[in-house]
Amino acid sequence: MSTDTFERADDMAAPANPSDPFLVVEQLTVKFPTHDGLVQAVTDLSYTVERGKTLGIVGESGSGKSVSSMAVLGLHDPKHTRLSGSIRVDGQEVIGAPEERMRKIRGNSIAMIFQDALTALHPFYTVGDQISECYRIHHRVSRGEAKKRAIEMLDRVGIPQANRRVDDYPHQFSGGMRQRAMIAMALVNDPQLLIADEPTTALDVTVQAQILDLLQDLQREFNSAVIIITHDLGVVAELSDTTMVMYGGRAVEYGATREILTHPEMPYTWGLLGSIPEVAGDANTRLIPIPGNPPSLLNPPSGCAFHPRCPHIDKVPGDLCRTTLPDLVPGDRGANHVKRCHLANPSEIYAGEVLPEIAPDLIDPETGEMIPEIAEVDPDEV
Amino acid sequence: MSTVTNSDIERAPDRSGATVGNETLLEVRDLKKYFPVKSGGVIRRTVAHVQAVDGVSFTLNKGASLGLVGESGCGKTTTGRLITRLYDPTAGEINFEGTDIGHLTRRQMMPIRSEIQMIFQDPYSSLNPRHTVGTIVGTPLRVHNMVPEKKTLPRVQELLEVVGLNPEHYNRYPSEFSGGQRQRIGIARALALQPKLLVADEPVSALDVSIQAQVVNLLRDVQDEFGVAFLFIAHDLAIVRHFCPEVAVMYLGKIVEIGDRETIYEHPHHPYTQALLSAAPDVKQAAIGGRRERIRLEGDVPSPINPPSGCRFRTRCWMAQEICAKQEPPLLQIGKRHKVACHFAGEIHQAPARPITTEMLGVDDQGNPTGGATPAPMQDQPGFADSWFDLKSKSVTSA
Repeated sequence: MSTDTFERADDMAAPANPSDPFLVVEQLTVKFPTHDGLVQAVTDLSYTVERGKTLGIVGESGSGKSVSSMAVLGLHDPKHTRLSGSIRVDGQEVIGAPEERMRKIRGNSIAMIFQDALTALHPFYTVGDQISECYRIHHRVSRGEAKKRAIEMLDRVGIPQANRRVDDYPHQFSGGMRQRAMIAMALVNDPQLLIADEPTTALDVTVQAQILDLLQDLQREFNSAVIIITHDLGVVAELSDTTMVMYGGRAVEYGATREILTHPEMPYTWGLLGSIPEVAGDANTRLIPIPGNPPSLLNPPSGCAFHPRCPHIDKVPGDLCRTTLPDLVPGDRGANHVKRCHLANPSEIYAGEVLPEIAPDLIDPETGEMIPEIAEVDPDEV
Repeated sequence: MSTVTNSDIERAPDRSGATVGNETLLEVRDLKKYFPVKSGGVIRRTVAHVQAVDGVSFTLNKGASLGLVGESGCGKTTTGRLITRLYDPTAGEINFEGTDIGHLTRRQMMPIRSEIQMIFQDPYSSLNPRHTVGTIVGTPLRVHNMVPEKKTLPRVQELLEVVGLNPEHYNRYPSEFSGGQRQRIGIARALALQPKLLVADEPVSALDVSIQAQVVNLLRDVQDEFGVAFLFIAHDLAIVRHFCPEVAVMYLGKIVEIGDRETIYEHPHHPYTQALLSAAPDVKQAAIGGRRERIRLEGDVPSPINPPSGCRFRTRCWMAQEICAKQEPPLLQIGKRHKVACHFAGEIHQAPARPITTEMLGVDDQGNPTGGATPAPMQDQPGFADSWFDLKSKSVTSA
C-alpha cells in the first residue's frame, strides 16, 4: 500500500519492534452499564498473537470471547462501554484511539470475519460492490481497478466464475459462498491480523472443511496473525497454535493448543472435553456434562467463577474456591501453560479421575497409565 | 413433589426399562415430498418442483432410534415433518403401527398425533413467549383430554420434574429460562402425551457444548425409561453416533447409505459418508498437531429443483464415471444391516474398479443398456432383507 493513501498519524506510539508480537492485549476489561447493573463482559484479559500464528479462543456464549475481539477492532461504542487496559496492534494503542485513526486500521491491517454472512453482507449491494468499497476506502484506485481486485479476491477464495458472480447479490450466493465472499472482503486489503468469529458455525461439515482449509492456506500465504473464536474444540485442535479457554469473562486456561487439549489443568476445560462425543470412541458411554448453567455476568459468582459448577471443589482445602479468585499462574506443565484454578495437583486428578471417564481409550489397559505417545509432550517443544 | 408416581407417565408398566423391541413401529416406503415453485406475476403458475424428499424408505422398531444425518437442504427435516404430518406427502406411505397415516384427514390424525411428537431445533422460537411453562406443557393434555382438568397441574409438575426442571417453576415464562432449560421444556411438552415416537429435529444444535451433553443424556434417559422410539435428525455426526444404533445418511432427498452404527462409522461404503466423516474436526488431532488429511469435496450441494441425472452425488464425487451420470444407483443391501447407493461402493481406497451394479441394472460399464434381459424394476424396500448382495463374491448371500 502506498504511503499517500494510508498515512500513519503522528501521535502514534513508538514504531513497532518487529520481534514483538503483532497483537498485544494487556489487562483488557470491558464493562457495559445497563439498567440492571454493570455487565462485566471481560475482566483482566491478556494475550498475544504473533505474525503467522493462530490463537483459538474457546468458551460458551457469554464468556466474553466475542466482546474481547470486538474491542481489538474498536467496535464498542465508547458512550456505552467502559474499556480499560491496553490493546496494541503493531505497537499502536487501540484503546482510546480516535475514531478517525481506528477507521484507518479497521478493515486494513485488522479485518474480521463474522459468524452470520447473510446478516453481515448488505442485501442491497452486489457482492462485488461491497468488496471493492472495502478496497477503495483504503486505497486510492479507480472503480474499475477496485472491481478487478474484487474479482481477483473472489477467485482466490474459490468462487467459480468470479467475473460473473461479482455482480450477484448476497442472496444469490449459497451459505458457503457467502462465507467465502466475507473472507474475500476481509482479505482484500491483505490484513496482518484476521479475527474470525465463529467462521464456520452456520455451515455444513463439508463446507466447513473447505473454509478452514482456505483460512489456513491464506494464512500461510500472507503470514498474517489469526484469532479464531469458536466453541468447537475440534476446530481449535486442528487450526490453532495457542488456545485460550474463557469462562465468565476471564481467561481460565491459556497455552499451546496441544498442551491445553492433551494436558488440561482446569476443571472447566475437562468439562468441555467430556461434553463432546467423539466420532471415534465408545458410543455407549454416557456424556459427562458440566452441571448447571453459565454464570451471569451481572452478578458473577464470588471467588472462582466456575465454582458453582465445579465437581472438584471439595479437593481444595478451606473455602478457597468460594472466597478467593485464583490467579492465572503456571501449573505443573511449565511456564507456557497457565491456568486459573486452586487445585494443587491437577495433572494427577486429570490422569486418575477425569481421563478414565472421558477417554478410556487413551489409558493403557494394563498399566493404567496414559498412553505414552500422547502423554509425553514436552511443553517447551510446542 | 418428591414422591412422584410415574404410573401415569408409563403407558405400559411392562415396558419400563424397555429394550429395543423387534416390533416395527414405523415403516416409511418410497416417501416423496415435492414443493411447488411458483412463477411471479398475477397468475402464479407452478414452474418447477423442489424435490425435497425423493423416495425415502426405512423402518423403525419400537423403542429404537434411527439417526438421520446430512447437510442442510438434504431433506432430513422435511422427512421428520412428513412423519409428524406437519406436511402432506406427495407420494409414498407412512405406516405407523400398521396404518398408513400419509393421507389421513385432520380429524383422523387427531388420535395418532398424540403418539408422534416432535422436539424442535430452536428452543427460543418454538415456545410461545406469552404462555407460562404450565400452559405450554399442559396444552397437549387439555387438547387430547388426557387427564381431568383438576389433575393437569400435578401432571405438568411431574413432567417438569422428569426433565430435570424445578416443578415449582410452572408459572414462569420461557424468557426466564436459559437455552438448555427451554429445550427441556420442549421435551416435557413432547412427553406429555406419552408418545411412542419422538421426532427430534436437531434437538441440541442451538445449545452450548456443555449444555448439549446434558440434553443428550436427558433424551437417553427418557428413552430408557419410557421406551420411546426416536427419529433423531442432526448434522453433527458425533452426536448421532452417540445416540443412535442405526444411522441413515441423506443427500439431496435420498438416503445414500443406511446401516448400523459400527458399519456406517467404521466401514462407510458410500463416498459421501466417507467425506462427511473425514470433514468433521477432531479434538484428538491436538495430540498430533496440524490438520488431518481429509477428503476435500468441491462446491456445494446442487439445487434440489433440478438435481443431477443418475447419481445425485456425482457432481462432487471424486470417483464419478460415465455410468454415474446415466444410471441412478439403487440402494443395495450389501450386508446384514447395511445398504448403500453407489455404483462403486467400497471402503475408502478400496472401491471396485468396475461398477458393481451393472448386472442388476442390465447395463454395461459405461451405463448403456446392454439390450439383454431387462431386469425387474428395483424398488427400495424399507428395512433389511435376510439375503443380500455380497461385495466380495459378487453374489447374493444370506446370513
